[in-house]
Amino acid sequence: MTQILFKNIDMEGLNSIDVYESQGGYKSLEKAFAKKPDEIIGMVKASGLRGRGGAGFPAGLKWSFLAKDVFPRYLACNADESEPGTCKDRELLEKTPHLLIEGIIITCYACRIETGYIYLRGEFQHASDLMDQAIEEAYAKGYLGKNIMGSGLNLELYTHLGAGAYICGEESALLNSLEGMRGEPRLKPPFPAVEGLYGKPTVINNVETLCVVPWIINEGPEKHSALGTEKSKGTKLVSVSGHVKKPGNYEVVMGTPIREIIYDMAGGIRNDNQLKAYIPGGSSTPMLPASKVDVLYDYESIQAAGSMLGSGALIVMDHTVNVVEATLRLAYFYMHESCGKCTPCREGTRWMWQLLNQIQEGTGTNEHVDKLLDISDNMSFKCFCPLGDAAVAPIVSGIQHFRSDYDELIKKLTTDTVAG
Amino acid sequence: MFIFTQEDENKIDKIVKKYPVKQSALLPLLTLVQRRDGYVSPEAMRAIGGKLELSPGYVQSVMSFYTMYHSEPTGKYIILFCHNISCQLNGADDLFAYTGEKLGVNGGGTTEDKKFTLHKEECLAACCGAPMMRINDTFYENLTKEKIDKILDSLP
Repeated sequence: MTQILFKNIDMEGLNSIDVYESQGGYKSLEKAFAKKPDEIIGMVKASGLRGRGGAGFPAGLKWSFLAKDVFPRYLACNADESEPGTCKDRELLEKTPHLLIEGIIITCYACRIETGYIYLRGEFQHASDLMDQAIEEAYAKGYLGKNIMGSGLNLELYTHLGAGAYICGEESALLNSLEGMRGEPRLKPPFPAVEGLYGKPTVINNVETLCVVPWIINEGPEKHSALGTEKSKGTKLVSVSGHVKKPGNYEVVMGTPIREIIYDMAGGIRNDNQLKAYIPGGSSTPMLPASKVDVLYDYESIQAAGSMLGSGALIVMDHTVNVVEATLRLAYFYMHESCGKCTPCREGTRWMWQLLNQIQEGTGTNEHVDKLLDISDNMSFKCFCPLGDAAVAPIVSGIQHFRSDYDELIKKLTTDTVAG
Repeated sequence: MFIFTQEDENKIDKIVKKYPVKQSALLPLLTLVQRRDGYVSPEAMRAIGGKLELSPGYVQSVMSFYTMYHSEPTGKYIILFCHNISCQLNGADDLFAYTGEKLGVNGGGTTEDKKFTLHKEECLAACCGAPMMRINDTFYENLTKEKIDKILDSLP
């Protein structure tokens, strides 16, 4: 199976520049610098690479939206990995920081950017320290700084740590946070490609997306677009967690059956229990029942099944799980992480958590479920940023597929009341 | 009284140079103080504001948005115990209760000897090693009661 990102991931010392170079690291730069910047954008477009952070927007197309002839431009690498279930970027940052730097250099050359920031979530202090060390090594070798390898590209690259806020993974909130403000999202348009960091055109890409770029330059866009399905190209890092025997990050070719990921790669369900549900792409994507285990892991197939590929976090739940209890935890998370800027999200997430809590405690009624759906309806596509839609996803899908879990808790109340 | 040491001043000069706009250094400076003192006092907010030409009120408004900053003193070790879904599915609730009981801070808080601050935390991106906790900068994964005992007992 083709491995773009994880080929050498467990190699001893890969985070040092010497080992990285001995494995062909930084070789793509020469190839990239031999081409014009626009040609690189063309190659990434042709490769079919889509954003790996959650939205799945075509990377090359995103770059081509940069406001013409407006400088300086900035790059912000989104390393705010906070989506529950997702832990792939941390592995890339800690184990192969130079791959990210190499991807960033090519991206900055293609987009004519001279300053880049890697925005890491505050809890990634260790990853940030490793990244700083790698950046220092790259400067010493002349891969960063002035006139890199005679290409004319000047590039300064820095790390920047957040301080605990899920919302900063939303790209415009990330920019506000990077500018020293509260991490609240901005109104779009203007999009960051036009007015981003410090009001200048800005490219924002996820760690995994940028890490794929050197491979595309080395191997050619055709080789990338030959992998996967018609519209989902290449590979995807999937964080498999929950009730599996071998949780871990796995690199899978787009279009791999989810059954294969859960049962072959991750070793199947713990204690050989029965699969009850899974969340395919992180807590913000609707959960699916076990009957959908033969869905293929790619953007379109998962969407057709009623969910999303998201950030690639496959959370597996066995038959012992009560979906209400699991959903309640996620509802708490979204309430906790709502930035409070817009009313439907700020009020809706709290209200939904309260209702779910009552159901879980055995004091809920059918009206509670109706109210949950009603609030969800009033939040969907009506919040300022996608956090509102994310908060709704586990609740609506849980009720849709596992109504009996709700009914059980509700019935208890009715029975108790009658008996009492 | 709050003062920046010479070492702090050197770090601050380096941090501020990373950005075309001074205000971008606000989170890094708050982090510097939080890591040095374990919390950010009102005096520290004023001092940071002075460095970056921001009002103390503004500094506080930004600081209060982020969960990693504390306005009250914390323990020597800050334990962030993940309770989000992947950890929940793998028994984090029991282990969190166990840790709270062991340290004498049920539900979280700072121990009397100011050694530990226990905090229930949202997802920390170590889902494949669930259940997990972060103590200061270190991630501890695949926790069990025995493992928690060993880790906590080994911290000086």
